[in-house]
Amino acid sequence: MEFGPHLMLASLEGAVIASILVLTAMGLSIVFGVMRVVNVAHGEFFMLGAVLAWYVSTALGGHPAIGFAVALIVAPLAVGLVAAVSDQLILKRINYDPDRTIVGTIGMLFIIQQTTLMTFGPEARPVEAPFNQRLALPWFEFSEGGLQMIWPWGLSITSYKLFVIFAALTVLVALWLFLTRTKIGLIMRATQQDSETAKAFGVPVGTVYSCVFGLGAALAALGAVLVVPIQQAHYLMGADPLLMAFTVVIIGGLGSLPGTVIAAFLIGMSDGIISVFFSPTLAQIIATFLVAMILVFRPQGLMGKAET
Amino acid sequence: MTIKTSNHAVSRRKALLGLGAGASALATTGLMPGTMGFAQAQSSSPIKIGFQKHATGIGAAYGRWYDATTTAAVQRINDSGGINGRPVEIVTEDDGTDPSRGAEALEKFEKQHSCDVAFGTLFSHVVIGSAPRAAELKLPYFVVSEGHHVASGMLNRYTLQPGITDVKSQVVSMAPFIAGNLGKKVTMIFPDFAFGHDHRDFFTQAIEAQGGEVVAKIAIPPTETSFTRYFPSIPRETEVIYHVMVGPAVLTFVKEMGEFFGPSRPEIFGFIDSLEAVGIDSPGLEFLEGTYFWEGMPRHVQGNQSDVEKTYRAAVGCDDRGASIDDPADVSTYAHMFGCWETLNVIKAGMEAADYQGPQDRTKLIEAVEAMTDMPESLDHPQGAKLFNGKTHQVFGQQFISKVVDGKLAVEHVTTIEEGLYEDEVDYTTQPF
Repeated sequence: MEFGPHLMLASLEGAVIASILVLTAMGLSIVFGVMRVVNVAHGEFFMLGAVLAWYVSTALGGHPAIGFAVALIVAPLAVGLVAAVSDQLILKRINYDPDRTIVGTIGMLFIIQQTTLMTFGPEARPVEAPFNQRLALPWFEFSEGGLQMIWPWGLSITSYKLFVIFAALTVLVALWLFLTRTKIGLIMRATQQDSETAKAFGVPVGTVYSCVFGLGAALAALGAVLVVPIQQAHYLMGADPLLMAFTVVIIGGLGSLPGTVIAAFLIGMSDGIISVFFSPTLAQIIATFLVAMILVFRPQGLMGKAET
Repeated sequence: MTIKTSNHAVSRRKALLGLGAGASALATTGLMPGTMGFAQAQSSSPIKIGFQKHATGIGAAYGRWYDATTTAAVQRINDSGGINGRPVEIVTEDDGTDPSRGAEALEKFEKQHSCDVAFGTLFSHVVIGSAPRAAELKLPYFVVSEGHHVASGMLNRYTLQPGITDVKSQVVSMAPFIAGNLGKKVTMIFPDFAFGHDHRDFFTQAIEAQGGEVVAKIAIPPTETSFTRYFPSIPRETEVIYHVMVGPAVLTFVKEMGEFFGPSRPEIFGFIDSLEAVGIDSPGLEFLEGTYFWEGMPRHVQGNQSDVEKTYRAAVGCDDRGASIDDPADVSTYAHMFGCWETLNVIKAGMEAADYQGPQDRTKLIEAVEAMTDMPESLDHPQGAKLFNGKTHQVFGQQFISKVVDGKLAVEHVTTIEEGLYEDEVDYTTQPF
């Protein structure tokens, strides 16, 4: 493939990866920002979203769009609820102690993963995309006859992948409005800045924590519902998004939402481009190397504020 | 996790009671299936076969169907009197499709369950990781793996593959068809581990022998979930895509390949591994119409279906399209799982030839299997006639090339056993036990 079309294909692939990643990493970042909890079970909430999407779309039948649309609402809500309940049952009981929450969420990881294995089974199951047309993309080339439009071999994207990018952007804008323009958002931000003072002003910090934990998980689940028509639901699918989300959050700065968005875009695009031109393994090596460098030279992340 | 499938666990007392009650009557009818036949054995304790099952991990879809086939084969063996008059019991251990856990499973078979033999592994990295342990434990290890590692001499005298052909034999017999009918410039897409490397190495040689060449080799990790990024490396001059993929994301792989090519695809030749346990009529796979697949055994019922194939298909619970009779969406790994059925029948034949009584006779069992050669097509070998090479511990058989026609895999060409033969690379019989 020529360099130009190749790069365009790589960028499109990167944009799809980045869109899913930004939702997953946002969830992780919000949870850490507000609750100071490193949620190791985040990838399993992602997986749970995909699995629920399969259940919903299979149970409903009919046109794939119906099942998908319902899953888009039901799966994040259900996963958010599961997360909120587990916050009340587990994290609250250990007083959100940083060390113990890590162990606690590792436990949650295994419980969710193994429960899925026992019920959903070890197979990868597909969810049909609501629409999926292949769109061949043109490329412009200068030749003797001036600017020419050509249709390179293999340069294409599907309408569904475009939808994923669009949907992720929409959710991101909605999330930003929610955090900055609503009272609940205000309460969350207040809790993030200083939970003690927030409590003194009558903010029900415990409830806020449960809501935030649920919101974080719901964002991961939403990302999963979007990705499952491309990737299929599988009980082990949570590991990669967890790793990627951690990479993003560390690079962007734990708890910093703008940093998370920038880092997700950076990592997603570089993953897409490097893995198309070189190899996916190299893309992971570079991302991990970046994390190491950030930790050494700018431990607070790109946009994070240094601890005082 | 231990799952015990005990089909006909019969106590000695029960067997003797049955014998006393009407031995002659039962013997004359000869129709009484199962339990009563075991009574004449010197010991009625079951022969235990350790089944190393890919219950979880990337091989899970295969594991489930290998299990179903194993259960059906053991049922048939027990219904016809077991082995040497003793019932067969399967002891299942999950290996997580993981080499280190595979070796642990063998250890458990030997030390915890006192199994007579171990059996059933598919994924080549698990076989390679487990086989040395089998030799240390002196536990006969019957694999159903396709990898060339058995016949290459890499493993040991305790590891045998008598129920399924190996990759080298498969690709050697496919290459003439590909070069003759589809094209000479081939791009290979294969999983990046032992099994895929066998494909890469042997197909490259085989197609060059036919005057063709491999223009690109694209290795993909078997745990990969997204594939579009790999396809731009396919050179434009490619005439044939040769694909073989495994793992949970095979459907995504094939679907994204179709999306990449759109209306202008080259010829496509795939190993059915890329679509095992996946319906060929899944949405997004329409582009496969007119493409070719290697099949170890035809998934869809053909016009000339033999009686043994019919009986076998019913026994393992598959319908005309190779899916579960109970659930048409649950597609089997039909092109591979016959290997379990045939291997168990080889174990039975070997144990009977060696007059196997217990673990002290394990070497006699291996020698008995090594002495085997021709295996005619029968209900013991429903995939077709086979030729076993005792020196290399590898069986040879026919291969099927099917074309997708109207959403059905129609067999277009069947290779002979001879086409898949190659020179011996090892003589295990010279190795000490």
